[in-house]
Amino acid sequence: MGKVVFWQGNRAIAMGAIAAGIRFFAGYPITPSSEIAEILSAELPKVGGTFIQMEDEIGSMAAAIGASTAGLKSMTATSGPGFSLKQENLGFAIIAEIPVVVVDVQRGGPSTGTPTKPMQGDFMQARWGTHGGFPLIAISPSTVRECYDFTIEASNLAERFRSPVVILSDEVVGHMRERVELPNESEIKVINRKKPTVPPEKYLPYLADPEDDVPPMAAYGEGYCFHMTGLTHNEWGFPTNDPEKIEAMNLRLLRKFEKGKNLLTRYSTFEVEDAEILIVAFGCVARSAMRAVREARKEGYKVGLFRPIIVWPFPDEPLREIASSVKAVIVPEMNIGLMVREVERAVAGRCPVYSLTRLDSDILTPSQIVEKIKEVA
Amino acid sequence: MPRENIMRFIRTRFFPHIFCPGCGHGIAVHAMLRAIDSLGYNPQDIMVTSGIGCSGRIPGYINANTLHTTHGRSLAFATGVKLAKPNLKIIAVMGDGDCAAIGGNHFIHAARRNIDITAIVLNNYIYGMTGGQVSPTTPHGAKATTAPYGFIEQQFDLCKLASAAGAVYVARTTVYHVAQVERYIRKAIQKKGFAFVEVVSPCPTQFGRRNKIGDAVKMMQWLKENSIPLSKAKRMSPEELENKIVIGEFADRDAPEYTELYGELRNRIRGEGA
Ligand SMILES: Cc1ncc(C[n+]2csc(CCOP(=O)(O)OP(=O)(O)O)c2C)c(N)n1
Ligand code: SF4
Repeated sequence: MGKVVFWQGNRAIAMGAIAAGIRFFAGYPITPSSEIAEILSAELPKVGGTFIQMEDEIGSMAAAIGASTAGLKSMTATSGPGFSLKQENLGFAIIAEIPVVVVDVQRGGPSTGTPTKPMQGDFMQARWGTHGGFPLIAISPSTVRECYDFTIEASNLAERFRSPVVILSDEVVGHMRERVELPNESEIKVINRKKPTVPPEKYLPYLADPEDDVPPMAAYGEGYCFHMTGLTHNEWGFPTNDPEKIEAMNLRLLRKFEKGKNLLTRYSTFEVEDAEILIVAFGCVARSAMRAVREARKEGYKVGLFRPIIVWPFPDEPLREIASSVKAVIVPEMNIGLMVREVERAVAGRCPVYSLTRLDSDILTPSQIVEKIKEVA
Repeated sequence: MPRENIMRFIRTRFFPHIFCPGCGHGIAVHAMLRAIDSLGYNPQDIMVTSGIGCSGRIPGYINANTLHTTHGRSLAFATGVKLAKPNLKIIAVMGDGDCAAIGGNHFIHAARRNIDITAIVLNNYIYGMTGGQVSPTTPHGAKATTAPYGFIEQQFDLCKLASAAGAVYVARTTVYHVAQVERYIRKAIQKKGFAFVEVVSPCPTQFGRRNKIGDAVKMMQWLKENSIPLSKAKRMSPEELENKIVIGEFADRDAPEYTELYGELRNRIRGEGA
């Protein structure tokens, strides 16, 4: 057994980052994410890493990407309004294929909204916030232990796919404290980006491995002289207007996720075997949903829980399969009803899908979910 | 044709380049490469970052570590690179809009932080790439596609701004004074800390033609005739200095540099921990 701690979710993310080998953090304070920056400002120099508080979120995102191009695993953290500011450079990381972890501890919106209260309003922003519509990866923790584990996983996926990875946390998960048994160091698996094996003269920064469609990534300052740009580029990293090259680059950006689908399908289920009603919930709401399932079962309702863990790409296929054998799906979420659209798309008419939302910035409770179950049953 | 030593810094594979005939950006880049070469650097030692604009396309043609980022963010990306690889000599190239409009916040804070980056702004008084809209450095009264009746705002003096924000080396010159461009950039690269060089660079396509200065040759003449050395400018009245380009070194001082300070902090913390 590893060390036992009593940690806040945000601390677990910061410490998970250290365990993952993240050695650079650039950020700008915003509630409810600021503890991540505060803790890393103390912890990173201890392990030889670097922390910088930038002048804004745009600069933080830029500096984090810059550090990653120079070979450091890097991260930034923010909440809704700051996440909006990062979106342009998030797109840069997608097209230039730079691994970087972006934590969004969601709060209530729109705009400055309710800074100290929970909501799940950035579910769509995580996936569609930057222009262009290209995919990235987003992972959502529900417990403090998961904050730790999923930060390591986020870093690993970023390195593996050369992609930005969003950790979609929320105020409840970020600020709650839980007793956590940390994994032993030997249990922690850390993945590093694939480096080029060819000499510098032969290196083409965007020549992908046919197997996984991910190009090996040299680091600036290590003898390889290469170009990266946010413009659509050829294998040399040089801008191109050639329709064939443009299409080839764009298709490869899609293909690398398609080929790595197994690694990107991550969800958990609870009591789904004989379920007649399926709850689909993520983040803090999944905790209430778990309790609701237990309570409803006591009263004889056959209910199960499906929790998307990697929320983008959305786990369409496993959800569709389970939805094929239930009578109804309920999607409780603390927003105007965002994930329910994805669920409807995945379920594709196999059964009716009901939305349950709460917008007063208080937590969606187990009893509210039980009530909905009774209504639908 | 540049000398062989300079050619090793050029990616001829990526030619033809996108710059218009008579654009000043090429002269500035050549001077920059001569400065780099004269200091004995090799391509691997140098990192060039840029934002977006005609100036933003410069790193693509330079054989070094090169990163073409988003509009206005050259310095913010460069900050991350520098902190990750302090041994790299970092040159951040910017356009005037890039540096002073959208990137203004990063500009003043990189200067304040005194991080070891050589920031070069190629000031053509206009947005070149997007077709000649006004920039914060467009002279009062000048015409632009978004100021068809003449620009009513005041012009930004980037050297005064950089100096006040804390840059340890600040200089301005024009591509007409090409030996000075090379000399100032050389000094800026050698300086430890945030060094800023403003190079006034003609954009005949978007600025010269519209403001009746004329073609590339006329614009060079205009740079020559309107440039005033700082020493002389000190004795001139504001009226006399109107529409003049004051060239020279505005700051040259020493101050603690950020990456070194962070390195010391790290050593101190780790020493205590041990
Ligand atoms: C966020 C964003 N806003 C606007 C643009 C459009 N844009 C491209 S270049 C440019 C201005 C270029 O002018 P300048 O920075 O002075 O450089 P120059 O082209 O004159 O060298 C603008 C506004 C952009 N690419 N990104
Ligand atoms: S538009 Fe102006 S700045 Fe851009 S390449 Fe042409 S001359 Fe140079």
